[in-house]
Amino acid sequence: MENLTLMLAPLLSSKLMIVLVFGTLFGLILGVLPGLGPTTGGALILPFTMTLDPLSAIVLLTAIYCAGTYGGAITAVLINTPGTPAAAATCLDGYPLAQKGEAGRALGMATVSSTIGGIFSVIVLVFFAPLLAQLAYEFGQPEYFALAIFGLTMLASIGEGSPIKNLIAGAFGILISTIGKDFMTSIDRFTFGINELSEGIGFIPVVVGLFAISEMLTQSTLLDQIFKRVALKAVKLPSISDYKKTWITILRSSGIGSFIGVLPAEGGTVASLIGYSEAKRWSKNPEEFGKGSVEGIAGAEAANNAATGGAMVPTLALGIPGSATTAVILTGLIIHGVRPGPDLFREQPDFLYGIFGSMLIANVLFFIFGFFGAKIFARITLVPNKLLWPMIFAVSVCGTYSLSQSMLDVWIMLFFGVIGFFMRRYGFSVVPVIIGLILGELVEGTLRQSLVIFEGNWLEFLTRPIAVTFFILSLIALIFPLLRKKKSNE
Amino acid sequence: MNDVQKTKGANKKILPLFFSVAFKVIFIIVVISSILLYLTFTFEEVPPILNRGIQPATFPKALLILIIVLSLVVYFLSIKKPWQIDKNLPNAFYITLASFVIFSVVGIILDFFLGISILSILVSYFWGERRIFYLFLVAIIFPTIVFIFFETILGLRFPGGIITNLYYN
Repeated sequence: MENLTLMLAPLLSSKLMIVLVFGTLFGLILGVLPGLGPTTGGALILPFTMTLDPLSAIVLLTAIYCAGTYGGAITAVLINTPGTPAAAATCLDGYPLAQKGEAGRALGMATVSSTIGGIFSVIVLVFFAPLLAQLAYEFGQPEYFALAIFGLTMLASIGEGSPIKNLIAGAFGILISTIGKDFMTSIDRFTFGINELSEGIGFIPVVVGLFAISEMLTQSTLLDQIFKRVALKAVKLPSISDYKKTWITILRSSGIGSFIGVLPAEGGTVASLIGYSEAKRWSKNPEEFGKGSVEGIAGAEAANNAATGGAMVPTLALGIPGSATTAVILTGLIIHGVRPGPDLFREQPDFLYGIFGSMLIANVLFFIFGFFGAKIFARITLVPNKLLWPMIFAVSVCGTYSLSQSMLDVWIMLFFGVIGFFMRRYGFSVVPVIIGLILGELVEGTLRQSLVIFEGNWLEFLTRPIAVTFFILSLIALIFPLLRKKKSNE
Repeated sequence: MNDVQKTKGANKKILPLFFSVAFKVIFIIVVISSILLYLTFTFEEVPPILNRGIQPATFPKALLILIIVLSLVVYFLSIKKPWQIDKNLPNAFYITLASFVIFSVVGIILDFFLGISILSILVSYFWGERRIFYLFLVAIIFPTIVFIFFETILGLRFPGGIITNLYYN
């Protein structure tokens, strides 16, 4: 009961409600614009969150996350281009249905299933995050090391890019985290005589560079892309027969999405693809899939929005990001001095339940805005890239500069923008770099502290059952995607 | 004749292996990683009594070796299944890249916001915008709004320059 009161606290705070409304609207706009999305948008807004208190900052980021994930469906349905990668599966049936003159029905189904999926996942978050955090009380340095390794090996199975390339990108991210003074001995590493690098490379220039600037370069190669828009009159609530057809699919996909989201480094994209394929497998009319099936839309959208709450579980309970956007949210937590983990649940329940409540409200808000404003949001896709991206560049540069008022940060941002572009071009996902950067200090720190405890004997790791379990899971996480790929090749 | 054709075919197969995109990319990764690996040998070492667990250079060394090994694996896999790279990069990409350099130089030498304005106008123009009002919007109006927002609401002071000094003075 006390926790429920804490969850509803944002409703009583005008400041948090303003932040929520702004975050939801901003998230929807980002979700609608192809190439942006909640991850890039979260990265762009990170510097601005420094002016907010920690709760407002994280509420803003989570609202962007929830609404942005849904927003991708609007462009998926109307222009056959997913606003976010998580909405890719929505295109398969959303656009064909829109072409039949039922864009309103397609968007209505996407809105309802996204909202149900999102709310379902927040309930999962409320119940499972504290349980996982309780488990983390049993963790010492060796267990955290093993957990961080597990989080990193999960990079291998991220949907985008090949498993080995993802591991290279993750190792690159960890390598970036070693730049600066060694935290145990104060010895300089990779500083190249530049004093400003002694403190290490900040998260924000790297995040903004890898997501926003690299996307700007990517967009410069896609100028000849033409979108075919389908007209939208109004969003329609699904009919009773639609509900009868899809309620099991929505519930199943909500469960799938929440579960996939909980797995470290997985996210909405994988969830929506699995949600869609499971919807097709269990459907009475699988032949309708790909031709405008409402079950297909429901399966994909419920799953990708359910992954939002699921992905927040390991992020808040263990400090291991559950997806690309939660990596940005975790960055927000760290720069605001909030360390996720069991202590956060014990010491700051008002903070945590404030986040849970805000996510719940954000899901309701994007339902309202999506239902009544989809037509307006759809018009945002008309803003041409030739005007949009120079503006995003101006905001990125000023936001990055504002952190420590250093031009070095701006150059680092541009440098990582170029690196990010080439990584994506040659099939290396940039998400593992961010996850590696965030987990790098945890990996190295816990490894070295464990070795101090074990007096340098590496074999002592095998005497810790939880650590061994995570090592075995890591091995499975490494081998499974390779086997899956081999099987699909065959 | 058949033998000659076979040999020619074989040459065609071998040559692209070393001049393929995968080879070039992996070569660059391995060279940079090797240079960084060499650098780790120049890191200071702590005496055994202060050494907590491992030396500061050990962890980066392990990472760099891992990157090199995995990169080689990626290369050998690319022999079986060559990378599919979409197309040559268009001029707009190179102009955008060049505008980053111009922004950096102008931002340091002349003025931070002048740098943003020049980049905005270059990118917008070469991405296809020809209408004067919209060029003015992205190059002047929007950066001014951003400047006012950061300066007045967030209380940020930007580096001095020929334009910002006019405001600050």
